[in-house]
Amino acid sequence: MTPLLAELNALVLGLFIISTIAMTVTRQIGACMQIFVVQSLLLAASAFLLGASPFSWHLFALGCVTVLSKAIIIPWLLRVLVPNEIHQRRELSQALDVPTTLLVALGLTLAGYAFAQHLVHAAPNLSPGNISMGFAALLVGLLLLAVRVEAVPQLLGLLAMENAAFLTGIAIAPDFPLIAELAIAFDVPLLAFIVALLARIAYRSMGTTEVGALTSLQERQ
Amino acid sequence: MTTLLIPAVALLAALWCAIPRSGRAAPAVTLIAALLAFLGSVRVLWMLHLGATLTIARGWIETDPLGAFLLVLIAFVYVTAALYSWGYLNVQEAPPHRVRLYHANFNLFAFSMLCIPLLSELGLVWIFVELTTLLSVLLVSYALTPQAVEAAWKYMVLTLLGATTAVLGILILFWSLHTTGSTDFTWSGLRAAAPHMPHALLGAAFVLLLVGYGAKIGLVPLHTWLPDAHSQAPSPVCAMLSGIETSVVLYVLLRLRGVFAGDPALHAGTWFAVAGLISAGVAALLIVQAHDYKRLFAFSTVEHMGIMLTAASILTPYGDTAALWQMLAHSVTKSFCFYAAGIALIVTGSRDIADVRGLLGISRIASAGLLVGGLAISGAPPMAVFPSELAILRAALQAHGYVVAALLALFIVVAFFGVTRHITSMLTGEPSVTTGRRVPTTCVLALAVTAVPVLVLGVWMPAGLAQAIESAAKVLGA
Repeated sequence: MTPLLAELNALVLGLFIISTIAMTVTRQIGACMQIFVVQSLLLAASAFLLGASPFSWHLFALGCVTVLSKAIIIPWLLRVLVPNEIHQRRELSQALDVPTTLLVALGLTLAGYAFAQHLVHAAPNLSPGNISMGFAALLVGLLLLAVRVEAVPQLLGLLAMENAAFLTGIAIAPDFPLIAELAIAFDVPLLAFIVALLARIAYRSMGTTEVGALTSLQERQ
Repeated sequence: MTTLLIPAVALLAALWCAIPRSGRAAPAVTLIAALLAFLGSVRVLWMLHLGATLTIARGWIETDPLGAFLLVLIAFVYVTAALYSWGYLNVQEAPPHRVRLYHANFNLFAFSMLCIPLLSELGLVWIFVELTTLLSVLLVSYALTPQAVEAAWKYMVLTLLGATTAVLGILILFWSLHTTGSTDFTWSGLRAAAPHMPHALLGAAFVLLLVGYGAKIGLVPLHTWLPDAHSQAPSPVCAMLSGIETSVVLYVLLRLRGVFAGDPALHAGTWFAVAGLISAGVAALLIVQAHDYKRLFAFSTVEHMGIMLTAASILTPYGDTAALWQMLAHSVTKSFCFYAAGIALIVTGSRDIADVRGLLGISRIASAGLLVGGLAISGAPPMAVFPSELAILRAALQAHGYVVAALLALFIVVAFFGVTRHITSMLTGEPSVTTGRRVPTTCVLALAVTAVPVLVLGVWMPAGLAQAIESAAKVLGA
């Protein structure tokens, strides 16, 4: 990888972790989805940069499929299946307030970074930034899933975690069998479809999509 | 090509059921597809027994005795659940389009599970494990009540969280394989390369995969989706989820154990034992304080997964044989339990243990089913689970795992008293209010068909089946 490409990739990785943190603190559901699209485009950009020198058609194909499935198909599916009223909604019932969420996200970023260093030493010739930022973003995605109670942000939390796993994946497994990569990429829109359908069912049967606040099935004492 | 036809019939049945106006024929089509899948899977097992090699695409689709054994288990539960669904949905008085969509989804769920034992490439295995969740979520929410939606949501979020964790584990495993110069990302390729893989990478992959797939099989503390989903899903779906879906994912973990055991410094066996014993112990206590009889059987699944994982931790050929024997006994007995629970729900209209009293005076089928199921699943002789649990204890003692054997025996006894206490309270006393509904014939038939292995395998194991289990255990290579 040339120094210029490496620097550009570092910039992309920085923006990737910032976009993941931004998703956890953005209360408007529509805006949260737009940041997810940006995060997916950054994942694709990192795949293109890593695949440019030495050239890897595996990574270029993965980048193209990411743009298609996560930046085009998933937002379209969510717009069609989830009632418009939900996209406009501001989520005020987050489990943690914004400053606390930011603080925890920062702590998790450092923890993910520190854990990844342990692995980076095993193969120093790979892009260490992707591994570190991938682990950090994975933990921040988990935080997003934990603090949000609305269905769509919870789905975006799952998808953000998957993006984070693949940010690491494109660095550590650039030769991962393409057929499996393609299948995984097309598996994601199916996931979004099922989740959006379930959110729609929840909205119809309960009048809300605050699925994180549901506690009627807890074991009685 | 017979192997590929097995999932193909389930997929074709799903496509048929998806066609509008196919509502009336959907249950029959599903049952025929399930029967064909079962006959096909028995044929595959038989061909392997005769020494045939079933490789469709090297490195991608290969079937060995372990895969064939699991295939037969999946297909058996698929047949009985399809039969049970037929009458069960009639009782629910579901409109034809919902019956059609249920069967389309049910066949797709079966398709995703039937593919897993045929695959040898780990990336594809991950995809189909994730598909088992995606294709069963809408079955869990079938009742469309707020509780059913809540259960489906929790099931989906927790298991997909596990899948995302597991995919990172798989990518790291691929990375560590790459460092050895190999590109054979199959079960056998990974096992061969494992001793040469970097310890740090293999350790990270192990933790991520154990946690990721642990969520799917209901290991404590990632088990919370299991009782919720099972209390709300239709009973035939519970039979598929509990009886076979958890076993399918456990199969993946057992295969991975062979890879991680290649690095003795990882102590994969110890981790399996700790995770298994904690799950079995916590589940035994949860069984004692259960209030809902469908949740009771779900906790019993958590206990059984813990027992099987502990058996796999012994790392001896006999331990593996006992684990697979338990998998067989669990699949048939747990599906039987949920069929009996479904019948009890039809006649009483309540899932609450405290609300159901004097079941003996209300329905002989429901009470006989719950009594036999409760005794069988908690390991009472002479039913299928008893000899398999005994074999696990023996395997632990043979390997000098006295503490493991003692703890397992204690948890099994606690669970036995928990299950039998609840079932006895439901059967005896003044009969509670009933719905007056008649139990559908197909539900009784499914219960009767499943009762055969539950009762027979406790006293007699056919030589062919015993040989199939031994051959399957050899593949695990402890």
